[in-house]
Amino acid sequence: MIDLLVSPFTEFAFMRRALAGCLALSLGATPVGVFLLLRRMSLMGDAMSHAILPGAALGYLAFGLSLGAMTIGGIVAGLVVVLAAGVVTRASNLKEDASLAAFYLLSLAAGVMIVSLRGRNLDLLHVLFGSVLALDDASLLLIAAIATATMIALALLLRPLVLECFDPAFLRGVSRWSPVAHYGFLVLVVFNLVSGFHALGTLMAVGIMILPAAAARLWSRGLPLMLLLAVLIAFASSVAGLLLSYHTDVPAGPAIVLMCGVAYFFSLAAAPGGLLAGRLPVRHHLES
Amino acid sequence: MHPATPPLIRFDNLTLGYDRHPAVHHLSGEIPAGALVAVIGPNGAGKSTLLKGLAGELRPLGGRIELPALPRGGLAYLAQRGEIDHSFPLSVFDMVALGLWREIGAFGALRGEHRRRVREALAAVGLSGFETRAIGSLSGGQLQRARFARLILQDAPLILLDEPFAAIDSRTVDDLVRLILGWHAEGRTILTVVHDYEQVRRHFPTALLLSREPVAFGPTAEVLTPALLARARRLSEAFDEDAPECHIELPADVIQPDVIQPDVVQSDAAEPGTHHHHAHDGHRH
Repeated sequence: MIDLLVSPFTEFAFMRRALAGCLALSLGATPVGVFLLLRRMSLMGDAMSHAILPGAALGYLAFGLSLGAMTIGGIVAGLVVVLAAGVVTRASNLKEDASLAAFYLLSLAAGVMIVSLRGRNLDLLHVLFGSVLALDDASLLLIAAIATATMIALALLLRPLVLECFDPAFLRGVSRWSPVAHYGFLVLVVFNLVSGFHALGTLMAVGIMILPAAAARLWSRGLPLMLLLAVLIAFASSVAGLLLSYHTDVPAGPAIVLMCGVAYFFSLAAAPGGLLAGRLPVRHHLES
Repeated sequence: MHPATPPLIRFDNLTLGYDRHPAVHHLSGEIPAGALVAVIGPNGAGKSTLLKGLAGELRPLGGRIELPALPRGGLAYLAQRGEIDHSFPLSVFDMVALGLWREIGAFGALRGEHRRRVREALAAVGLSGFETRAIGSLSGGQLQRARFARLILQDAPLILLDEPFAAIDSRTVDDLVRLILGWHAEGRTILTVVHDYEQVRRHFPTALLLSREPVAFGPTAEVLTPALLARARRLSEAFDEDAPECHIELPADVIQPDVIQPDVVQSDAAEPGTHHHHAHDGHRH
């Protein structure tokens, strides 16, 4: 049993690297996902992950599978789409989700087209689904650096960000933090999506952000517990997903996200905020 | 209100609205410090819009709002209850403690003295014992009590309340009114959007009757007359969806505190074509 669970990590360096990368992602990207969920921007996170693709693809077109070029391309493309969606929302009568949907559909189409210009399906798969089992030193450092910066930024932004989520009018009334919280948070989303993109690919990166957050939301009434649970669920799903991938020879990225999905469905069934709670007969209610 | 009290708020030909459509139209006048004003009028009369404008949420389409005597951060604005995300996982204590923002800012820690004041504010609104409850588990009335506790901690000389009593049980309304009267006694200036004319008569010494245009401002008994209320209703019904541009420039002091000016509106708006109207649309105010 222990052999099945531990020896893949002790025997193979690529599994240890994958584990470290996933731990960093769980610590950085998942808390960002918690706030995406609480800001009711889950689908927007999905849209933004697609928006990164053409930038990364252009980097790929110019320099091949180069970490730096694809990272910078992805970050630039993500920031451009965030800003463009914001401008379109303010200047037209489209709501932000509609303008983001327009941008991301175009981005996805453009991205896939650009990657296929160089014409290797393997590379397209790499971009779309990541390569968590082939993280080199540079990618690992990048993911860890983004996770560290994210945790520091979230700690600094926490109070304004919480207010921006649940009572933005109050925040605007007492301070000028509102735009800082809003755009600062979107920048964090872009950076973490790029980080997740290297490990899990553009299509899977949002999975490790939103699914653990949604599962944790079902268990917790307070934000600290929710953040902690989400990170734990993300990390446990990563370990389970990597092991599943190792033993059954399926791609690691989708396996990790599927494990997050298992945690989500389990929570949906069993958690106090889930489907069964409140539908089961109550044997003893409280006295008051 | 004493005539010698300096004005806290001065409206100078103020027009507020959305997409060029005015919701508050050519409002001028002054509100003295320490006034307790009920802002009343038909639906869509611009009551909430006026408060948004004062709170800085909305930039005027024309004219000015001046707050000459108000210190920085001296304004507390309670938006309508629907504008906050009730389901956010936050405890009642933390939510109320955010009222201390001016003292603790984005990074400051809550010290013992802060915690004591938060507990006192919770006790003042009757929510002792609710500290660790999630705000999502509160009833509408309890949530409004918590928001009033936050207002207590904000300790602002000017307080704007947008429909604080909407869809709230009568016992809570009584308690909240008592808090408002207490703030009034402390000399704070309070503008409240109220729908129940009976409450206005009982508790509010001053009333501002809006119907996009200012209809009347003064002692409540003189504002809440059948004739003025009927005029407000007529005005609100008479606005034209596809109105031409307005070029009217009213003189600066059309209404004055303590002075009823039922002739603010030069022509009877019930007769189309005799008055310039802004277009308006279906925004809620």
